[in-house]
Amino acid sequence: MNKDKVLSIRDLSISFQTTAGEVNAIRGVDLDLYQGETLAIVGESGSGKSVTVKAIMGILSGNGKIKSGTIHFTSRKSGEEVNENLLRFSKKEMRRRINGRRIAMVFQDPMTSLNPTMTIGSQIMEGMRYHYKTSKKEAYDKAVRLLDLVGITEPEKRMKSYPHQLSGGMRQRVVIAIALSCDPEILICDEPTTALDVTIQAKILELIKEIQEKTGISVIYITHDLGVVAKVADYVAVMYAGKVVEKGLSEEIFYDPRHPYTWGLLSAMPDLDTDDEVLYTIPGSPFNLLNKTEGDAFAERNRFALNIDYRLEPPMFQVTETHYAATWLLHENAPAVSMPEALKERIKRLGKEVEFGGGK
Amino acid sequence: MEENKKPLLEVKDLKQHFKLGRKFSVKAVDGVSFRIYPGETYGLVGESGSGKSTIGRSVIRLYEPTSGEVWFQGIKISGRISAEETKRLRTNMQMIFQDPMACLNPRKKILDIVAQGLDIHHMCSTQEEREKRVYRILDMVGLSREHANRYPHQFSGGQRQRIGIARALIMKPELIIADEAISALDVSIQAQVVNLMKEIQKQTKTAILFIAHDLSMVKYISDRIGVLHLGHLVETGTTEEIFSKPVHPYTRSLLSAIPQPDPVSERKRTAYVYDVKELGIDYMAGVEHHVEGQHYVLGTETEVERWVTESF
Repeated sequence: MNKDKVLSIRDLSISFQTTAGEVNAIRGVDLDLYQGETLAIVGESGSGKSVTVKAIMGILSGNGKIKSGTIHFTSRKSGEEVNENLLRFSKKEMRRRINGRRIAMVFQDPMTSLNPTMTIGSQIMEGMRYHYKTSKKEAYDKAVRLLDLVGITEPEKRMKSYPHQLSGGMRQRVVIAIALSCDPEILICDEPTTALDVTIQAKILELIKEIQEKTGISVIYITHDLGVVAKVADYVAVMYAGKVVEKGLSEEIFYDPRHPYTWGLLSAMPDLDTDDEVLYTIPGSPFNLLNKTEGDAFAERNRFALNIDYRLEPPMFQVTETHYAATWLLHENAPAVSMPEALKERIKRLGKEVEFGGGK
Repeated sequence: MEENKKPLLEVKDLKQHFKLGRKFSVKAVDGVSFRIYPGETYGLVGESGSGKSTIGRSVIRLYEPTSGEVWFQGIKISGRISAEETKRLRTNMQMIFQDPMACLNPRKKILDIVAQGLDIHHMCSTQEEREKRVYRILDMVGLSREHANRYPHQFSGGQRQRIGIARALIMKPELIIADEAISALDVSIQAQVVNLMKEIQKQTKTAILFIAHDLSMVKYISDRIGVLHLGHLVETGTTEEIFSKPVHPYTRSLLSAIPQPDPVSERKRTAYVYDVKELGIDYMAGVEHHVEGQHYVLGTETEVERWVTESF
């Protein structure tokens, strides 16, 4: 089946000028997002996942410079066709045509993204009034409907509340309502649940999924929590040191991971069913992008590193039609290295659950 | 077996209410009792607002309890205590905080940050001894000597948390209170810190009160777990008991909310939603029920009976 591509990022490179020198935060990223699907970008802090989506929104900080690449946005909504490279838009144009209207974003901390001096009702209506010149009455009705959609009880009463009167989970729901107010085609969620409790996190994730089913919106998730990814994503892209090191369908990443970094991330997740004394860890700390890279940036933390890893950066190797990984281990001349035993067993056990629990 | 051992810390019916005006007060902790034995890790879990951090702060005397008692090594430490006792407590009880950047003085070198406790209590007579002890602790938490002359901003999040741990450890405490010590870290770094804390506990036999909202990490580190909700300890027991036979519906909702790295089953699963009002549970009416071993549940007779039959 041919799916519509909504967003396509090609060879994106971004650097930041800092007092300590030039930081190459993004080094050649290729990503695709399809209509109605969810892409999850996973990585540690400093891997460049947030910078990637900020580039999509055109909200990079002042010292950021786009060195190369394109971000193609394609959409046909309400007669207005857009098929353009977002990086060519000026900031003003982005604000007028894209931000909030076609691509909306949910940030990590709901308290900092809400205006404490405005009622949540007027904050939801603000975008509609600005972008579509909707009448007050219409905007109000839609805001109430949105609050209802995101699972807030007594929406009409809540319209007059201020952010500080709501709990953390409720605030994040309001932020989602604001993001949805202009019927965007893409919703970007930057660690939407990191600041929230596990129970509320589960509810918010289920909510976004439900909304996606109802409205057919495409979603980009940014997170460092693979559990969250498993719950929501169709496609997964694993980022390390400003590069996508592995990407593929969610099933491929979780049941057949190929990159040692992905193995590490998966193994480091605590597992409720095993009683290991010691948790698996990825040794060392995330790569410092201030340093120049020679070879694979992950090599020094990689216990499966080959000699070539220290000299030459691995290209993307194709595993299946949808699954790619950038590691020399996939080269035909590489020694046969397979994932750690513990992880293998865990995946086997998960696979069993699949047969029993779902499958049909 | 546990009955014969003397508890290191005993919290008896602790209540911590905060006044928010003449009529209204928040009952952050409303009658919580638990014990920590020497050398064990007690995990305290619950959502935000459940009072888990408040308990930690009351134990270390940052708050004056509204009522209830806290006993440490057989001596009452709540209410007014002597200056001597205060001094003893400040060396024997240490705290690790959530945000390692906010709790390290940005203008001090790591050497001075870690040695501050030693300086205050005049525990080192010579400069060499002071340095030696700091280096030994840094080595223990996986940092090198060169790190001692750097400033906090030159470290990554995980390293900063190691410094926080080193600062607590240098006093050779009997009890460490870790308040959401890993919540602000990346998953892979969380694992490093949890492993480190386990390793250190093996070496030093320090007891840890581990406060967190993430049950999956708590499972790795804790011997026993207490589940808090709205200021009440709704269920407590060994890690094994809590995870294999959770009785209280709130505990079960927490367990069901833990995401697993398994996309196929994860997509179909919906988390069990717990609503006190809907279930009609009144925590004040409940009493502590003994299930088995060290497993206790808060609830009325009929509630507990129903939950037990539901869960098995």
